[in-house]
Amino acid sequence: MSLMQRSSPHVMGRNTTSRIMLWVIVAALPGLLALSYFYGWGYLINTVICVVSAVLAEAAILMLRKRPVLKTLKDASAVLTGVLLGVTLPPFAPWWIMVIASGFAMVFVKHLYGGLGQNLFNPAMAAFALVLISFPLPMTTSWSTPEAISGEPLPSFSQQLSHNLEWQAYDGITMATPLDHYKTKIKRLTADELAQTPEYVAGPFYGILWVNLAFLLGGLLLLFLKIISWHGPVGLFTGLLVLALPFSADADSAMPVLMHLFAGATVFGAFFIVTDPASSATSNRGKFIFGFGVGILTYCIRTWGNFPDAIAFAVLLMNISAPFIDHYTRPRTYGKPKPVSGYKLPEESP
Amino acid sequence: MSIESHSPAPAVQNPTQDIIKDGLWRNNPALVQLLGLCPLLAVSGTVVNALGLGIATLLVLIGSNVAVSLIRNHVQDTVRLPAFVMIIASFTTTAELIMQAYAFELYQILGIFIPLIVTNCIILGRAEGFARKNTVWRSLVDGTMMGIGFMGILLLLGIIREVIGQGTLFAGMELMFGPAAVNWKWVIIPDYSQFLFAVLPPGAFVALGLLIAGKNVIDDRQKQRVQKAVDDQPALSRRVRVTGHIH
Repeated sequence: MSLMQRSSPHVMGRNTTSRIMLWVIVAALPGLLALSYFYGWGYLINTVICVVSAVLAEAAILMLRKRPVLKTLKDASAVLTGVLLGVTLPPFAPWWIMVIASGFAMVFVKHLYGGLGQNLFNPAMAAFALVLISFPLPMTTSWSTPEAISGEPLPSFSQQLSHNLEWQAYDGITMATPLDHYKTKIKRLTADELAQTPEYVAGPFYGILWVNLAFLLGGLLLLFLKIISWHGPVGLFTGLLVLALPFSADADSAMPVLMHLFAGATVFGAFFIVTDPASSATSNRGKFIFGFGVGILTYCIRTWGNFPDAIAFAVLLMNISAPFIDHYTRPRTYGKPKPVSGYKLPEESP
Repeated sequence: MSIESHSPAPAVQNPTQDIIKDGLWRNNPALVQLLGLCPLLAVSGTVVNALGLGIATLLVLIGSNVAVSLIRNHVQDTVRLPAFVMIIASFTTTAELIMQAYAFELYQILGIFIPLIVTNCIILGRAEGFARKNTVWRSLVDGTMMGIGFMGILLLLGIIREVIGQGTLFAGMELMFGPAAVNWKWVIIPDYSQFLFAVLPPGAFVALGLLIAGKNVIDDRQKQRVQKAVDDQPALSRRVRVTGHIH
């Protein structure tokens, strides 16, 4: 019996691409269910449309690229992008927005850059930014209102389905997202007065807090399974808090800190978007800096921008800087001196 | 800014046909040289804008190529670039004045991009890379063909972006062709809510990228066809070395 049969590595993890993707999808489910519970069937319908069109779009571009279709589709990354898009897009938005977003994410953002792992930008966020910029009207007026706020029951499944497929419009009650609402109203009202407005009678966090906690649960599951590391999410929260704690202390003039954390897409972005292995930074230090930058930018865009939320744009801006961050955060190889970052002088010939 | 000609062979030996092919396809300023992208991407939102800027650029390019070729033996190399720029600037001013006289509204829409033709790299590039080494006739042909090649891509982008962005085609042509063109507007998709991405500059980048990809596909197919024709020819007397090492 020889002692050395094979060369290293001898211990291999069980992680395959499709296993990771499936776990991320599983981790996103509590959030998706919470969204559907508070805001109606729209999110589930959107998710199904997004998943189907993302898979079809990926199959089409794979055929065009002459790559194996079924083998690549089996890694479930297209399904994951579809789920992430379904979670982010507004529940009353028409079906073609989902189709355009998923197609753009797969064809332009992912496969034109070379496919899985090669994409410079996060596909879901780039597609979200595309439809947000291209169709401002449906993207800002299609957010649903929980029953406790509007007093009206949410649309039934068939009503929602025929509305989203544009067979028959449903006269649903939509409202601005809690973040957007607070930002525009706080200019004229105090925090106490704002609490009396119909949108906040049930509490400023009604619904959205549970959604964020559900995403937090999913994120902790991913952390526990070691699919993501803590550096990105912690970086995002740190970056957001560094600006929000000193500058948003006064609830009468700016959005309170807790709303920054739990009334938007912050938790979802921290655990599901910032941790994307392809478009984020690589080293642990780099991941932290990446998340930190997303946090800072999120605060800035939320405070001074005109869009409902800021995670998508912040992530896209940091995606551009990820190679730069990687360049300056190369870890030391064991047994080797510290790597030289930046411009290297050519070695002098003897 | 000195831009050498990208043509593979020395430009002086090109017969006229080669110059034409270079300008329209092989060395197309927008698809291959990727010059003049700023106006190309900024004003190709509608067909009428694209046509306006395309014609203006074409005229300036022809004029500057001919003029540069005329003075090529009389201006010293050390001061040639200021001379070129002055020539280009005067032609641009002429185009601007003509546009103000005959298509004032279009002039206002195109705005800064008409004076900016002075800095369009294609024009200086052709002056430096071609016209100063070639006869007047050749420079004229080169300027015309490069200008048409540029205008063609500009028009194509304008068509793509107008259809996808606004669902119409040839809207606002009356700005250029007078009141007779008011009903040239062709609504391709009725009740279309704008697709703002195609209207904004990022859409122009994506559309141009797709056009370049399309050109590369066509070129590749052509190359394969030629290669196949060569391979199909029977080898007549080729000696093949079958033993020994090649050092």
